[in-house]
Amino acid sequence: MTSILIRGASLPDGTATDLLVDGGVVTEHGSGLSRSGATVIDADGLLALPGLVDLHTHLREPGFEQSETVLTGTRAAASGGFTAVFAMANTSPVADTAGVVEQVASLGAQHGYATVRPIGAVTVGLAGERLAEIGAMARSRAEVRVFSDDGKCVHDALLMRRALEYVSTFDGVIAQHAQEPRLTEGAQMNEGALSSELGLTGWPAVAEEAIIARDVLLADAVGARLHICHLSTAGSVEIVRWAKARGIRVTAEVTPHHLLLTEQLVADSGGAPYRSGYDARFKVNPPLRRDEDVLALREALADGTIDIVATDHAPHPVETKECAWQEAAFGMVGLESALSVVQAAMVDTGLIGWEHVARVMSRTPAEIGRLPGYDAPFAVGSPANLTLVDPSSSRVFSVDELHGKGVNSPYLGRELPGRIVATIHGGVPTVLDGGLLPAEEVSHG
Amino acid sequence: MKHLLSTVGLERAQALEILDVAEDMADVATRAVPKLPTLRGKTVANLFFEDSTRTRLSFEAAAKRLSADVITFSAKGSSVSKGESLKDTAQTIAAMGVDAVVMRHSASGAARVLAESGWIDAAVVNAGDGTHQHPTQGLLDAYTMRKTLHGDASRGRDLAGLRVTIVGDILHSRVARSNVWLLATLGASVHLVGPRTLLPVGVESWPVTYGTDLDEAIADRPDVLMMLRVQQERMHAAFFPHEREYATGWGLDDDRFRRLGTDTIVMHPGPMNRGLEISAAAADSPQAVILDQVSNGVSIRMAVLYLVLSGSSSQEAAE
Amino acid sequence: MPARVVLQQADITRALTRISHEILESNRGGSDLVVLGIPTRGVTLAERIAANLERFEPGSGVVGTLDVTMYRDDLDRHPTRTPSPTRLPAGGIDGKTVVLVDDVLYSGRTIRAALDAIGDLGRPRAVRLAVLVDRGHRELPIRADFVGKNLPTAVAERIFVRLDETDGEDAVSIEEAP
Repeated sequence: MTSILIRGASLPDGTATDLLVDGGVVTEHGSGLSRSGATVIDADGLLALPGLVDLHTHLREPGFEQSETVLTGTRAAASGGFTAVFAMANTSPVADTAGVVEQVASLGAQHGYATVRPIGAVTVGLAGERLAEIGAMARSRAEVRVFSDDGKCVHDALLMRRALEYVSTFDGVIAQHAQEPRLTEGAQMNEGALSSELGLTGWPAVAEEAIIARDVLLADAVGARLHICHLSTAGSVEIVRWAKARGIRVTAEVTPHHLLLTEQLVADSGGAPYRSGYDARFKVNPPLRRDEDVLALREALADGTIDIVATDHAPHPVETKECAWQEAAFGMVGLESALSVVQAAMVDTGLIGWEHVARVMSRTPAEIGRLPGYDAPFAVGSPANLTLVDPSSSRVFSVDELHGKGVNSPYLGRELPGRIVATIHGGVPTVLDGGLLPAEEVSHG
Repeated sequence: MKHLLSTVGLERAQALEILDVAEDMADVATRAVPKLPTLRGKTVANLFFEDSTRTRLSFEAAAKRLSADVITFSAKGSSVSKGESLKDTAQTIAAMGVDAVVMRHSASGAARVLAESGWIDAAVVNAGDGTHQHPTQGLLDAYTMRKTLHGDASRGRDLAGLRVTIVGDILHSRVARSNVWLLATLGASVHLVGPRTLLPVGVESWPVTYGTDLDEAIADRPDVLMMLRVQQERMHAAFFPHEREYATGWGLDDDRFRRLGTDTIVMHPGPMNRGLEISAAAADSPQAVILDQVSNGVSIRMAVLYLVLSGSSSQEAAE
Repeated sequence: MPARVVLQQADITRALTRISHEILESNRGGSDLVVLGIPTRGVTLAERIAANLERFEPGSGVVGTLDVTMYRDDLDRHPTRTPSPTRLPAGGIDGKTVVLVDDVLYSGRTIRAALDAIGDLGRPRAVRLAVLVDRGHRELPIRADFVGKNLPTAVAERIFVRLDETDGEDAVSIEEAP
């Protein structure tokens, strides 16, 4: 493994420094550092952030390799500045056994672009009937701590209670996809005046809020940790705020797209390359909502009610988006654009600074997922997981920036700020000069 | 006009043009030779993913009266039921050389998806997409109302001052949506009535008044009462308990029909559930213009086909 | 380019009077005549001719309009045209002598379309053509039976017919194309 010398980077707290990375860890800080044989990165004008950690990614392998694989998904992650991703369990077979989670973890380790932490299913086959072998998955080499039926809601109150009780014994957390199924049968987009006009079945906000309300009360009664995936409504924010004020151990995430985009895009996309209306690249679960929801979510991320940003990166093959809306798959890719979108929605609007970004996109997600090594990222002796960003650049987001298999991004043709210049994962560069390094170099690095 | 996808965004001038051209088309039907050579050499494809005999035949008749050739694709037993996608079906039809595609599909927005997909070059006429829009139905309804209001002096006139009440399953009705926006554009005032569970979320922001009481609406003496079909499929999804309850609350029974008075015309997009949303007496009365709606449908569709298929291709899309 | 007026109001009135007499002469009277104007200005001229006929031989001034838009052969070359109404008189055209009236006869294609339209409306005994101006350059074997004025023109020139009822004055002028 070659050593790396980063010159003149600005840390999130504003200080400028050189950083020396050797043998996978940060070994020195200072100015005017030098090291023969090191790869030198001139980081003048660049911001150094801790490697980003995504608590909610869909890597699709095993079973849906036509949409994404662990290799292509972690390449997409690295290009977006991520050094760790938590992979959701809705694969085929479902990640509900120790065997599947160990396989996914080892694929990640083999390819080397990012640390892959598998998420275990809460119920067998995500069917919502029986608990999965949660303990076995926790004890496996994959060391699963986060459990989720994401894609589906654990809607049965008794099962949710049991799952919370179960994980509380080993400091695990249940990550709930809050969607009351009976209120959202056939739902296609946010329920409101727009869905009525467009003739699309609505997904009412109350279907998310009712589940969150129930689950925070259950978490309180059981004394377990609860995490809410992809919060999308102002009402949900209020419930989480109330719960935290009472000391309930709930954490919440928001996706970058819910911080920037609204349901208006379904009716009027603003132009090429999207269809003027009904372009299914804006179809996502939970759906894009109203301006008021976007504003409430931004405020909540700034004041800590929402703890982290998580992408819910959901790649799909082209033909599942190139059809009528109700036949299309739900989901957007997001790893490559996440930091730029957060910068546009939260930093450039003056709501938060880069230290806060580092917290919500790296330190806190790692904490929730019990992933070690991210609590003091630039400290000497810490594993070298970092990303270098040029916050002053801006470009029109295009398909060329998508490095996974999915091209279902809602930002094509949109001007977005910030650019990832380099990503280092465990001391191994995965991105240099804005470009991904080839697989042979990364896996043997 | 490149495509006709929706009455939302159909400008007043364009809407009036369609209605006025339909007047000329209606005259053609009265002639010795009820045909025009205007679209000779053009091919119109009827792409019906959802069953509909009446609308399909109406478009077929319209195309043939203009001397266009018609090819029909209907979904039952077709490649679509074997899993062929909209894209492939459309491109297959286009490869046979068509100038216009008239499409009915069960997915809202499908017509716009087809029109902007780049898969085909042809003009797209929406014959009904999911619960979203059925613009030619809205236009033939407006035409029918205009004829009732202005008779032979209809050309160039709009519907200012007309009071229209639409009753029934508004939530799932593309006919209601097409009517609401077109009638507003033409200056009519619209009142919607139905059970609370069948009024759309956000109806407050539509250009209408609305309520749940049909008797109150009838006492208000509207000029037009349009009854929508109750879709039996909706019963089991908990929209309301059973048909009898619906008929009692929102059916145009004999008693309500009597109270309506003879100045109100009664409309229905068809097919009717006699005895459920509309009584036989009401449907067969001289006030009911339901059959006029059908014949006006052919004239309107002739006008629409003429407007999308003639004229040089350097024109703006109007939808 | 300034326009050159070639027919003034008095010239137009005299031409229409002469045409009306010629129609009655060739028809040997006013019976079974139907004058059909082709929109837009052909309609105005048809009404004036019918009024003349009615003055000279009461009962002979039967008039209507014939829209030819749907029968044109050049629909794809121009922006979509809006048709005008076709109104036939109560007696129809079967067995009648139809006199088509238009303001300018040029390529002959409008008249060709009019003949097709008439064919779908009935079977007249005969069809005649009256025009205010014949400017030459026929592309089809069509000729007018009654002509107000023969005006040889260059293809680059344009003829403007203005009539009091629609344009506020009676005048025919020639202009070079810009």
